[in-house]
Amino acid sequence: MIATNETRTIRLESMTRVEGEGGLRIEIRDGRVQDVNFDIYEAPRFFEAFLRGRSLREVPDFTARICGICPAAHQMSAVQAIETALGIMPGQEIRALRRLLYCGEWIESHALHIYLLQAPDFFGMESALTLSKEQPELVKRGLELKKIGNEVMTIVGGRSVHPVSVCVGGFWKAPQRQELLKLRTRLEWALQASLDTVKFVSGLKLPAFAADYECVSLSHPREYAMNDGAIVSSAGLNIPVRDFDQVFLEEHVAHSTALHTVRAEHGSSYLVGPLARMNLNRSQLPPAARQAANECGIAWPCPNPYAGIVARAVELVMASEESLRLIDTYREPEPANVEYAIRAGEGCAATEAPRGLLYHRYRINDQGIVQSARIVPPTCQNCRRIEDDLRLMVHGILDRPDAEIVDACEKLVRNYDPCISCSTHAVRIQINHR
Amino acid sequence: MPANGKPRVAVFKLASCDGCQLQMLNLEDELLDLAGQMEICYFLEARSQVLDGPYDVALVEGSVTTEHDLERVRDIRRKSQTLVTLGACANTGGIQALRNMQDVDEYTRAIYANPAYIHALAQSTPIAAHVTVDFAINGCPISREQLLEVLTSLLIGRSPQLPAHSVCVECKRKGTVCVLVSKGIACLGPVTHAGCGAVCPGFGRGCFACYGPMESANADSLCQGLAARGVPRPEILRLLNGFTGWAEEFRSAAERLERATT
Ligand code: SF4
Ligand code: SF4
Repeated sequence: MIATNETRTIRLESMTRVEGEGGLRIEIRDGRVQDVNFDIYEAPRFFEAFLRGRSLREVPDFTARICGICPAAHQMSAVQAIETALGIMPGQEIRALRRLLYCGEWIESHALHIYLLQAPDFFGMESALTLSKEQPELVKRGLELKKIGNEVMTIVGGRSVHPVSVCVGGFWKAPQRQELLKLRTRLEWALQASLDTVKFVSGLKLPAFAADYECVSLSHPREYAMNDGAIVSSAGLNIPVRDFDQVFLEEHVAHSTALHTVRAEHGSSYLVGPLARMNLNRSQLPPAARQAANECGIAWPCPNPYAGIVARAVELVMASEESLRLIDTYREPEPANVEYAIRAGEGCAATEAPRGLLYHRYRINDQGIVQSARIVPPTCQNCRRIEDDLRLMVHGILDRPDAEIVDACEKLVRNYDPCISCSTHAVRIQINHR
Repeated sequence: MPANGKPRVAVFKLASCDGCQLQMLNLEDELLDLAGQMEICYFLEARSQVLDGPYDVALVEGSVTTEHDLERVRDIRRKSQTLVTLGACANTGGIQALRNMQDVDEYTRAIYANPAYIHALAQSTPIAAHVTVDFAINGCPISREQLLEVLTSLLIGRSPQLPAHSVCVECKRKGTVCVLVSKGIACLGPVTHAGCGAVCPGFGRGCFACYGPMESANADSLCQGLAARGVPRPEILRLLNGFTGWAEEFRSAAERLERATT
C-alpha cells in the first residue's frame, strides 16, 4: 500500500441499536473515500449446512431460529418453498391466516425499529430508555404497538418469538374466530396509533440525501405484496421468483460473514425493504394507509433513505388495517393443513420480511430429506447498498472530525434496519464454487 | 447487589438469533420500570450508552463458536458478580451445535467462496463449558415470565424460583390432551424442562425440547416408549438431535440409540 501517511482510517467497533453485532471501517486516502466496509463479524451459524439431512417437516422450526425478530418471515418463505417442491398449494384460508401472522410480525418489528431503535436519533438521545424520560407517552405508544403485534403472533402462532403453529401444508392448528375477535379492539387501537406514528415521523427533520436506487420487491396484482408475487424493480425488472438466482448473485467479501447480494448483470447494488416497497407498491395500499402515504408530506417515489422511517410507519398502518380485514373475513381453514405425499423435488419462494425480500430454496429427496438449502435474507441484499450510501455520504463530510463521521454513518445505517443475525446466520450453500 | 445505588446490568450476545434478548424488550409493560430500577450498562441492541464493568448481573445470550467468543465470555465472567445465561444457545450450544458432529471445514467450504476469511471453532458450545454460570434460563426463546422472575429476584436479592418439572406437568395443568397417548405423536415433553406453558401440545404437536432436558431426565426410557409406539428410529434420533441436542442427556441418549441401531 502506498501513501500510508495520508491514510485516515475511521472505525466503529460495534454499532448499537441494530439487530445483531457489526461494525464499520472507513478508509480515506488522499482526501478520497477509498474503502467502506460494513463489517459483519458475527460468527456464522451454518444453517444451510446443517439443514442438509433434516426432514422437510423440521425446516420451518429450524429456519425460524435464524432470526428472533423475524422468525415468521423465515417460516413463511420456508414452507412455501417446500410446498412448491412438493407440488402442493394450500388454499385461500391458509394463505389468509399466514398473512395475518405476518402482519403481526410487521407490526412488532416496525414498532420496535421506529420507536426503540431509530427514534432516539432524531432527539439526539442514546436510547428509547432515555427518551422515555422526556417523552414517556411516545415511547409507551411504541411499546404498546409492539405488544399488539406480539399478541397477534401469539394467538396465531402460539408465541411471538419462534411461533410453533406453522407447518408445511398450513398450520398445526388454526385459531377459532372467537379467539381472533379478541384482537379486534386491540387492532383498532393499533390502527389509530399507527396513524399517529405517521404524523409523528412526518414531523421529524429528515436529513437530505438522495441516492439512485434500484428498488426491488415482490409485487402482487391485488394486494400490498407480502406472501408472494413477482419480483419487480424500479429499473423495470419483472421476473418470477424461480428466476431469482439468474438475476441476483451472492459474493463473499473478506470483511463479512454475510454474503453480499448484487445484480448479476452489472454487479450493482440494490435496495429492498419498506422504502423500496413503498416506492414500488404504494398504489396497492389499503385505504387508510394510502391516505396516510399521500398526506405524510413525502413525494413518492422517494430516493432518501432517511424516509425509511416514514415508509415503515405507513406499513404499520397497512399491517394494522390488513389485520382487521383478515380477522373480519376469517374463515377457519378446514383442515388446518393440507395433506401431501413426499416426493423428490426442488422449490423456491420469496416473501416480504419486515426488512425486505426473503428468498428460500430447497432440494428434497424422495424420503423428504433436505439435500440442499439456500437462504438469502434482506440484509445480505442491502449490505452492498449500505456501503454505497456510506461512501456517498462520507464523501460529503470528509472535513468533519472522526466522531462526527462515525455518528452520521451509524445513523445512516439504521435506516436500513439491518438484521445482522439474519445475514450471518443464513448463508448459502454451494458445494462447487469455481 | 450493592446496598445503595442501582444494580449494574449488562446484556451480551454471542452466536444466537437475538430472540432471547428480544424477550427482554418484549416485556413491554415492565421494561421502563425495570430500566428505572437498574442501571443498564451494556445492551447494544437497545442503547448506545456503554459503561464499563464491573457488573452486578450479566445476561448472556448465545453460544461460544469462535476464539473471540471464548475471550469475550471469560472477560464477561471476570467482570460480573452474577452470570445468567439466556436460552438454548447459551445453555446447550443451541441449534448451531448441530454442526458439532460434522466437519466444520467442509461446512465453511460449502458456504463461503473464500473459506480463509472464516474463523469458526469446530464446535458450538454452551457458556458453562467455559466459565461458571450462576443461573440458566431455559428456552428457545426464554419465556418472558421466567426472565422477569429472575430479574426481579436478583433486584431484591432472593434466589429465583424456576420450575424443575417437565412439560408434561404443564399439559396436565392446562388440561391439554396428551398428544403421545391420544394421537401417537412423538413428544419429548416427559423429559423437557417446563416453562413454555406446553405450547406445542396445545397446538396438537409434539414437544421438540426447546427448553432442554429437565434434571434427571430419563431419555432412554422415553425413547423405548416412542419406539414401542411405532415412532421410527431415525425420527427419534432427529428429535433428540435437535434444538438442545448437544445437552449431555440428549446427546448420550442419541448415541446409545444409534449404537443399538447398528
Ligand atoms: S436460544 Fe433460541 S431464541 Fe434464544 S438466541 Fe438461541 S436461537 Fe435465539
Ligand atoms: S412444547 Fe417443547 S418444543 Fe414446544 S415450546 Fe415448549 S419446550 Fe419448546
